[in-house]
Amino acid sequence: MRFLPLITAYLGRHKRRTLLTMASVALALFLFASLRTVVTTLRAAADFGSARRLVSTNASGLIFPLPVAYAQRLATVPGVEKVTWANWFGGQYGDGKRFFANFAIDAKSYLDLYPEMSVPADQRAAFLQDRSGALIGSRLVDLFGWHVGQNVTLRGTIFPGEWTFTVRGVYTPTDPVINDDAMMFHWAYLDERSGRNGMAGWYILQIDHPQNGPRVGKAIDDMFRNSSAPTKTGTEQAFNASFATMWGNVSLLMNTIGMAVVFAILLVAANAMMMSARERTRELAVLKTIGFSDRRLFGLVMLEAGIITVTGAVVGLGAAKVLYRATNFNAAGFLPGFDVNGTTLAVGAVIALVLMLASGIVPAVRAARLPVVAALRNVE
Amino acid sequence: MKIPLTYNLRSVRQRPVSTALTALGIGLVVAVFIGMLALANGFAAALTRTGSERNVLVLRKGADSEMSSGLDREAISILTGSPHVARGPDGRALASAESYVVIPLGRMGDTTKLANVVVRGVSGQAWQVRNNVALLAGTRPATGKNEVCVGKRLVGRFPNTGLGETMHFAGRPWTVTCHFAAAGSAFESEIWGENEQIMPAMRRDAFQSLAFRLADPASFDEAKRVLEGDKRVTVDVYRESAFYAKQSELLGRILRILAIMITGIMAVGAVFGAVNTMYAAVASRAPEIAVLLTLGFRPRSILASFLVESAVIAGVGGVVGCLLALPMNGIVTSTTNWANFSEIAFGFRITPGLLLAGLIFAVVMGVLGGFFPARRASKVPVVQAIR
Repeated sequence: MRFLPLITAYLGRHKRRTLLTMASVALALFLFASLRTVVTTLRAAADFGSARRLVSTNASGLIFPLPVAYAQRLATVPGVEKVTWANWFGGQYGDGKRFFANFAIDAKSYLDLYPEMSVPADQRAAFLQDRSGALIGSRLVDLFGWHVGQNVTLRGTIFPGEWTFTVRGVYTPTDPVINDDAMMFHWAYLDERSGRNGMAGWYILQIDHPQNGPRVGKAIDDMFRNSSAPTKTGTEQAFNASFATMWGNVSLLMNTIGMAVVFAILLVAANAMMMSARERTRELAVLKTIGFSDRRLFGLVMLEAGIITVTGAVVGLGAAKVLYRATNFNAAGFLPGFDVNGTTLAVGAVIALVLMLASGIVPAVRAARLPVVAALRNVE
Repeated sequence: MKIPLTYNLRSVRQRPVSTALTALGIGLVVAVFIGMLALANGFAAALTRTGSERNVLVLRKGADSEMSSGLDREAISILTGSPHVARGPDGRALASAESYVVIPLGRMGDTTKLANVVVRGVSGQAWQVRNNVALLAGTRPATGKNEVCVGKRLVGRFPNTGLGETMHFAGRPWTVTCHFAAAGSAFESEIWGENEQIMPAMRRDAFQSLAFRLADPASFDEAKRVLEGDKRVTVDVYRESAFYAKQSELLGRILRILAIMITGIMAVGAVFGAVNTMYAAVASRAPEIAVLLTLGFRPRSILASFLVESAVIAGVGGVVGCLLALPMNGIVTSTTNWANFSEIAFGFRITPGLLLAGLIFAVVMGVLGGFFPARRASKVPVVQAIR
């Protein structure tokens, strides 16, 4: 610690350079944390799903419906405790620029199956009572300024026409992976007005025990195998994962860019460190002459590199953590629960250490091995 | 009087390592810049090329994609009878009523990983209407048989897509009789079959869209007005090229914003690096600069000279970046087009314009990073520096 003034003096020698180098390390780690969080958020979405929930869709694909009459038969399958269903609506609000999920649900059973969606009791009751009521995510309140009791009109894309709903409740997801910008309304209302008579988009089933999942799924698929609409049943997690894989090679892309960013900044930081060490050749030689050991000089130069990279890392990673949380960022609904997690911070810290070693090692070794006489020769 | 460029080139050679590191740093930024925009470009190109200027696409009113649209047979026959529809040499309307469904298909290698693939039921006229579509191999699906033609981007990425092989979907076997190309467009990620086979198999009784060739290419506005005003049908009429371009809007915009944000932040970091390098260069060459000033070079020339030096270093970095990015050209990747929920494969598309943009970007970074150090150089106090 007694060398702290010395190190501060080194860092202060070229204040601008020190600050610029710290800033570039901070930017690099900010970017790294952002990119990695895209990957971890997608992964979290793919891993989400209660082990006790199964999803049944039409075997021909999600866009094909299933008869709503299946609900009763599904409920009779041993192991199934609760059944609910939903239907994608795909309506647009306003100019349609801000996409958000909106779908019809069999309200009571759906809310029973998703305790992760917390709704105040009075709002829940009001929503269940109002046939043309809607339940909206808390983010939609901020986004569009909607409030309970307001009428909201969606323009149907799959179901033509203007659809007006009354906002009866606002839900807040207790699990960040669940979208907080969805809108739900009564399936019965959709069915009645569209006249399509009894079609459900997908079924969600609660089973008694997670380990029964495969057996129950197979029993269901076998039951409908030879019907006009065979089913495909899997865990909720697999259902969500299928959406995450639809992004394609996003993870690879993000990781590649992350590597390029870190490497580019490594070059910048290493360059700055080498320059500052080279300029100080004579000073280092003087320190050696007055009795500083090789090892101590090595340590001093390393420490200097360390302070630069660690400061940069703390600023960059901290900014990423705070900024995304403060702005409640979710990439226009594409990445719900976007939050820099602990692993990302840890990996960022490791990168900072590697940066320190990589940028400090050459100047530090050079300082330690400095031949005093040669270096001093040029001193006036 | 200008300072000759050789002075800068020789100076750069005096400190090869730090110059190379700076240039490489800028190069990486440029490579990422070009790569990400090439991705956005490729995606947009795939969708923009899907449509033709001379074709019209008709969907049900309010539908925002082919998937959510629906047109019954009556509407189709009314629309096809319109005088705005071009006629082929045989007198038949150049119009294709199409059904459009998205099915899950297992990927090659790991069939548990599903992708949503478009199956398009077309009428016999489709191959004339969509004149960017060309058969690569095989023969068109025969009428009345369970046969399909597969877009070339699907071949090799999904199992059983080879000629003569049999695919299974919608509860039926389908023989692949041909592969087709469509000028890099989104059609190349689709499976085409005959409406008469596809629609019953998918249990569809309505079409999704109608594509037709305009009788008079200039009469689009007139055709739009007449068809949308026709009380017997409720439709939206789009120019085909504009419609598909709009489908790429959302994802294209996300990719562009992402590219600009990421490279913007990276660029600031790289500019800081350039500033450091140039300041160091100025500091170590103070005596030289003083000599130049004594010789009668103007401070302005010194400023220009250092700016040029910085720009040249960055320009070299830009060239390195272009070279790093070039191998990406043509690499095929895929993602879901959220506008219609289906997978689309497309290539990274690096254009000369993009390379030029990358180079300009690099030089701008160099000039920005070099400006303050260069100004410092032009203000070197002669007497002190030369002592």
